[in-house]
Amino acid sequence: MRLAIVGVGAVGRSVAELAGEHGHEVVGLADSTGAALGDPLDVEAALARKSETGTVGEEPHEALLQADYDALVEATPTTLGDAEPGFSNAAAALERDRHVVLANKGPVAERYDELCSVAKESEGRLRFEATVGGAIPAVRTVEDFGPRHVERVRGVLNGTANFVLSRMAAEGLSYDHVLSEAQELGVAEADPTFDVDGTDAALKGVIVANVLREARGRDALTLDDAAVSGIQNLPVSALSLAAEDGRTVRLIAEASPEGVRVGPRLVPENGTLAVTGTQNIVQIETDHAGRLNLSGHGAGGPETASAVLSDVGRLPPR
Amino acid sequence: MSRADGVTTHTLRLELDDEPGELAAALEPIAEHGGNLLSVFHERGSRTPGGRIPVEVALDCPAERFDDVIEGLRNRGVTVVAADEEYYGEAFRVLLTGHLVDTDLSETLREIESASTVAVEELSLSAPDGVEAVSSAYLRLGARSGERGAALEQVREIADRKGLTVVEPLEASG
Repeated sequence: MRLAIVGVGAVGRSVAELAGEHGHEVVGLADSTGAALGDPLDVEAALARKSETGTVGEEPHEALLQADYDALVEATPTTLGDAEPGFSNAAAALERDRHVVLANKGPVAERYDELCSVAKESEGRLRFEATVGGAIPAVRTVEDFGPRHVERVRGVLNGTANFVLSRMAAEGLSYDHVLSEAQELGVAEADPTFDVDGTDAALKGVIVANVLREARGRDALTLDDAAVSGIQNLPVSALSLAAEDGRTVRLIAEASPEGVRVGPRLVPENGTLAVTGTQNIVQIETDHAGRLNLSGHGAGGPETASAVLSDVGRLPPR
Repeated sequence: MSRADGVTTHTLRLELDDEPGELAAALEPIAEHGGNLLSVFHERGSRTPGGRIPVEVALDCPAERFDDVIEGLRNRGVTVVAADEEYYGEAFRVLLTGHLVDTDLSETLREIESASTVAVEELSLSAPDGVEAVSSAYLRLGARSGERGAALEQVREIADRKGLTVVEPLEASG
């Protein structure tokens, strides 16, 4: 496959670096300042230029969208509301009958129905495994069972929040202390608001709910439809009390065809959902096949890029 | 617990009025519905906040008749606080955090209990930074089968009004 990649953050960069290993070629790479094109593109040189000058290239953004690629990898930062520029990038590629692989949650969480109707008119496919649970094949597993056979999906979908909660519980340290430690370790971003207030987990929940609802002929949801609460300022005393009764607290996202709910919940301390550190877990409840648990790395450049590239690997040749 | 012959072992938590004959009367429906009493545990002197006597009963019965046993007890006017709590999920835990003491914890508990279906069975409070700071309470609540959702809704509503945070049990969302 010939790939054009928009977004050169941790994920876009890793996709560019790992594409060759997966037997794909990169023909374009764009960041917020410009684009680099090539046939194939010298990824190493473009990324080196990005490191030195802050930009991958001087070509206009439009030139990348119009380039001769098979699949567009959309890895710009997730934005809420109109989900731009991710939505327009994805739509532009689909309108040209190119495949689109999203790592950006915005378009599928905030404008799922619109994006699906663009995809329906296109010869190109739309894939978005990397938007939920990083390396964990959550969306694909739901699709493999058939979304109509999946009644509910729940789990730990944010590694930062999980790191904070598991470390607070294990060490008896305060929320603020653990959060700044997480920032020092690079586990939490400089502004971890969306991770700790539940927004990030809710976006992932909405995406899963949209897959479940689409299969049942129901309209898509957006972030506004989700009931969300976060873990900010949870006192360590709460975790200690729960521990005395063999329980702990995890930020759990639940998605069903009925809706999405995210919040701190009491779970058995040694139970399946009580993953520790930055691990994620996705629990899929099916009608005939029981419950399935998938755990793994929910974030990280190479991990998420692997999900992108496995989506690419499943695309039909153009 | 389940065995090859279809007989299962169950635990019931009952609450009885402190009157002669109450215990014997409460146990009758168990045998009537095919149950075999294994043990009765009654801690002398232990009382619920409402002055009733908590009793824990273990019994064997054919799996399909267990619902009849509970039904029979309730028809006899016996309060079944929890039946196989893990299986029936009747007792559940919630965490409350926030300014619990400032917002009058006893009143909060009374309000929770005034919802007729809920009983506060156990409470642990932790206020490591003093009563004026944010503290946490871990509550074990009992609600009748099928009424847990409503009970939780009640807790949520009270917490919301008092600016407290509720950490709900996951299994309650079933």
